Amino acid sequence: MRASPFRLPACLLLLFPAISFGAFNAVAGKEKGPADDTSTYRSPFYEDNERCFSCHGQKTYSYMNVNLGKQVRAMMFQERIIHRDEFYLSNHKSFSCTDCHSSDYNKFPHPGELRMEQNFNCIDCHGGDDKFSKFNFETIESEYQQSVHYKLEGEGFSCWKCHDPHTYRINIRDSRNIGEAILYDNNICLDCHSDYDRFQLLSDKKEINILKTHSWLPNQGAHFKSVRCLECHTRVNDTVLVAHLVRPKEMAVSGCNECHSKNSLLMSSLYKFKSKEQRKDGFINGIIMNESYVIGANRNEYLNLLSFIIFLGVAGVIGIHVLFRIIKKRQ
Amino acid sequence: MSYIYLYPKWIRLWHLFNGLLFIILIITGVSMQYTDKEDNILLFGFARAVKWHNVAAILLTLNYIFFVTGNIVTKNFRFYKIEKKNFLADLMAQFRYYSVGMFKGEKHPFPVTEKRKFNPLQKFTYFLAMYISMPMLIISGAGLMFPEITINRFFGVSGLILTDLLHVTMGFLLSVFMLIHIYTCTLGSTPGSLFRSMLSGYHESEEN
Repeated sequence: MRASPFRLPACLLLLFPAISFGAFNAVAGKEKGPADDTSTYRSPFYEDNERCFSCHGQKTYSYMNVNLGKQVRAMMFQERIIHRDEFYLSNHKSFSCTDCHSSDYNKFPHPGELRMEQNFNCIDCHGGDDKFSKFNFETIESEYQQSVHYKLEGEGFSCWKCHDPHTYRINIRDSRNIGEAILYDNNICLDCHSDYDRFQLLSDKKEINILKTHSWLPNQGAHFKSVRCLECHTRVNDTVLVAHLVRPKEMAVSGCNECHSKNSLLMSSLYKFKSKEQRKDGFINGIIMNESYVIGANRNEYLNLLSFIIFLGVAGVIGIHVLFRIIKKRQ
Repeated sequence: MSYIYLYPKWIRLWHLFNGLLFIILIITGVSMQYTDKEDNILLFGFARAVKWHNVAAILLTLNYIFFVTGNIVTKNFRFYKIEKKNFLADLMAQFRYYSVGMFKGEKHPFPVTEKRKFNPLQKFTYFLAMYISMPMLIISGAGLMFPEITINRFFGVSGLILTDLLHVTMGFLLSVFMLIHIYTCTLGSTPGSLFRSMLSGYHESEEN
């Protein structure tokens, strides 16, 4: 007896119970992601910044009210709280607060006119600088100016709505865990698009409901977990690392084949940074499989060839059998 | 020519639906695996393929439950029982008949009777197909239809990849089985006799 007809199903049977059920989740090692970063960075401006963080670093602060002649405790306005830990993990962690904010903030009470302070935009520091040329900030700026968000600049939209300068971290490029990077990036969008209080600052829409507007998407949860909003809502541009041209919803990617195909869009967006590392186990777009699996995009060339050979072999044997039957009938 | 009533109505209905649904699943499954951005007239678009694959898969699962229940209730299961005694010898005898004996005009080593619907090779392949491959195909398919029930990672490999590989492998093996099955159905007393049997319920045999 040849063993192969038994061996394959037996191996698959043994493997099977482990595949479709969650019992083995505990076996999988937890990958380290950006959130686990325990940076011990010490800012040269730590003491200077602490003057700001002593009030803006927590929910309550206290000050001497000279008119009342006593110490007063007050709640810090939510939007003015900057968490130290997040700041010292952010891209701008080496900054002094007064690099961007007026040194007049050193006075307390802060002078009222500082509320009207003009904020810098990304391009103010990052534009025209050779140090940042590889990031192509000028193209990013140009893409932003063509995006739907730019139309809201009159209402107060700016780079900071998505990239909070106090906490923003370069994420996807350096991430060791794509899942966490996706969550981080999607939360940037959801900050406004799932929080009506923030959303109504820029829009007169009466309702926002991401789940409802994406109800057409099959396996919605799996998609939200596996790709960023950007994958479908921006136009891919090879000259910048992350596309910033957010298009109107009517122009968002809605064709499954865009990602579920050999030339998957994901390879030039979500997996752009990793796609240069080629896997050599025969899977097309194999790099996706380090983190996820996309039907149609992850085909195995070896298995495809093997199945084609088996199919041809069977068809060939049938053909020969038919031939012998015809010969036998003619005899 | 003798006629034996071997295929009751419920089996013929199950068989007909099973075949039709399987053809839909093969076409839509291949479409999902090979669809690209450019349209291909031989394939469905991904969205349509997924929709029809899911519908056909649910119907196939219900049909499979009907088949298993029917086998238990009517005792049809006995026809699939593989005899351990002379298992390999019987298997080889049948294989030899298909590859050599039938061309020499030899008699069928295991002619169909009321008590023996299937020859040893049929029993073996039908058992593998219906009681091993089909459950694996259905359960792995459920894992893909509801990815939230599939484990994320298994020893560093995506659970979805392994589930899909199992699903595609089973689907492919069953597709090959189907091809061979359809061809061997031309090996009756006449090339069309076994197809007629699956419509009428009566097995036609030249041997008395």
